[in-house]
Amino acid sequence: MKLTSKKMEDLTITIRQEIMEMLLEAKSGHCAGPLGAVELYVALYFSGILNYDPKNPNWEKRDRVVISNGHYAPLIYTTLAHAGYFSLEELKTLRKLGSNLQGHPHRLLLPGIETSSGPVGEGLSQAIGMALGAKMNKEKLQVYCLMGDGEQDCGNTWEAVMMAGKNQLDNLTAIIDRNNIQIDGFTENVMPLEPLKEKYESFGWKVLEIDGHNISEIIKTVNASKSVFVKPVVIIAHTIPGKGVDFMQWEYQWHGKVPSSKQAEEALRQLRSIKGQIESELD
Amino acid sequence: MLNSNIKLNPKIFSETIKRISPRDGFGEGLVIAGEMDERVVALCADVTESLRMHLFRNRFPERFVEVGIAEQNMVGIASGLAASGKIPVIGSYAVFSPGRNWEQIRTTICYNQQKAIFVGSHAGLNVGPDGASHQALEDIALMRVLPNMAVISPADALEARKAILSAIEYKNSVYIRLPREKSPIFTTEETLWEIGKSQELWIPKSKNEQFSSITIFACGYLVYKALEAAKELEQEGIFITVINNSAIKPLDEEMTLKWAKKSKAIITLEEHQIAGGMGSSIAEFLSENYPLPIKFMGIKDKFGQSGQSEELLEKYNLNKEAIKQTVKEMIKD
Repeated sequence: MKLTSKKMEDLTITIRQEIMEMLLEAKSGHCAGPLGAVELYVALYFSGILNYDPKNPNWEKRDRVVISNGHYAPLIYTTLAHAGYFSLEELKTLRKLGSNLQGHPHRLLLPGIETSSGPVGEGLSQAIGMALGAKMNKEKLQVYCLMGDGEQDCGNTWEAVMMAGKNQLDNLTAIIDRNNIQIDGFTENVMPLEPLKEKYESFGWKVLEIDGHNISEIIKTVNASKSVFVKPVVIIAHTIPGKGVDFMQWEYQWHGKVPSSKQAEEALRQLRSIKGQIESELD
Repeated sequence: MLNSNIKLNPKIFSETIKRISPRDGFGEGLVIAGEMDERVVALCADVTESLRMHLFRNRFPERFVEVGIAEQNMVGIASGLAASGKIPVIGSYAVFSPGRNWEQIRTTICYNQQKAIFVGSHAGLNVGPDGASHQALEDIALMRVLPNMAVISPADALEARKAILSAIEYKNSVYIRLPREKSPIFTTEETLWEIGKSQELWIPKSKNEQFSSITIFACGYLVYKALEAAKELEQEGIFITVINNSAIKPLDEEMTLKWAKKSKAIITLEEHQIAGGMGSSIAEFLSENYPLPIKFMGIKDKFGQSGQSEELLEKYNLNKEAIKQTVKEMIKD
């Protein structure tokens, strides 16, 4: 699906509200990360970068999107619903008994989900498997791995980073949502990640850093990543966790908790009036 | 007496019986699997020759992935390859895989329903001099609890070859547990073997056919020890049954029930912790369907140590003499 820049901007506002509404209804889930990564998802799914077909979700030539941080479920689900994989109506069932919208995504329940996820730090390995598989099958497709920054703590992540460098997987683009928070606090306090760029570079990756709220910059950079040869590419996208709700922004405490109904009302009020604010930043 | 229907090696109790490590059978089988099915790919974590996976690597270099000492990454890559239409076979020592990468197996393979075949070598006390750190005694339990995962502990090298070939065809993921030590090739090409089926290797002499006082359910390296014990017991006038339960999960319920009904008591025999092992799976089934006394021969909540295989089996009461002794005690009770 390809939307105009204006329509993508509008969609980021809609999706933020839907995330809040879903969490309010579900009464549990993750707030800050999903709110902060909306532009990344919208740019990827609605700018025409990604090859996919919601009517034929297992289309062999589709690009693969491996979501390593499954706790972004509310954002993943709203994005896929808008992309046409399933109805927006279904979003209300998040985390409820019998729902296809599990607390963390399950591949067998929803079209458009490549991997069941939740435990972080293992998506990049699966993306590498798919990138290697595509090369063995001589398929020209791009594998995207969407990761959080907290999972850069994991040993499994760095096993995978080393492997992608060794195998020169130029059909692999990783995008790290660098929002600086994880459950126990700010990433640099919990387990310092910096210099993250230099770490990836020393493992044989091409590193690109962007403003993760600037849709045109995201599109330009993801496209650029596809033209890098012999190296996998990681895009470090700097974002603001909780983006759009003043009392959630930059507050790590909002990683894994949901607002009370009063807080959610206030959050929704802010998200409905966010328009001017976001647009000015996109100019 | 030996069950002639099973077509075991006629030289089964001869001194000159050929001894081969089941790893060799697996390595050969993997090459055959690769020739038969181009979707088969292999991954290893820095123990390629030890797992005999170099045979596959040399034959199909473009289908072999060396991941280094990174067992967690290896599972994720296998999951991604399975998603790309491949049938990944991943090998390491059982202590590391499934020991070190269990959560990745649970999430990216079992829950995610991507099929992969896991080969965990150096399982059991027979690993010998390397000591407890390398003697996996918990891997059956780790893999048996996972939905969408079958578990096999081949009894000899031929069975290991059949196991990998069956695993390629099987609908779900499969864990194949291999010993390090060489063991007698007591089965033959003609011995039928399949996932989910156990075999009656030794049965009571005809006059006792209707009633076997004791039935041993054994798996892996110890199946042959059980047969040696059964032969000597027969010479002493004690007639037992030995079931090869190397296809641990899914359990052959029909065969298990059949021999439970014919027996006064059951012995389970494995080179594994008693907790959660093959014997536990028999007990779980029989306690609901046909309760009877069960003696679990295995490791009793402790670690191994360095030593020669046979010394260790003696020390931990898992050799032929210990099996005979246990049978006699059970009969007395």
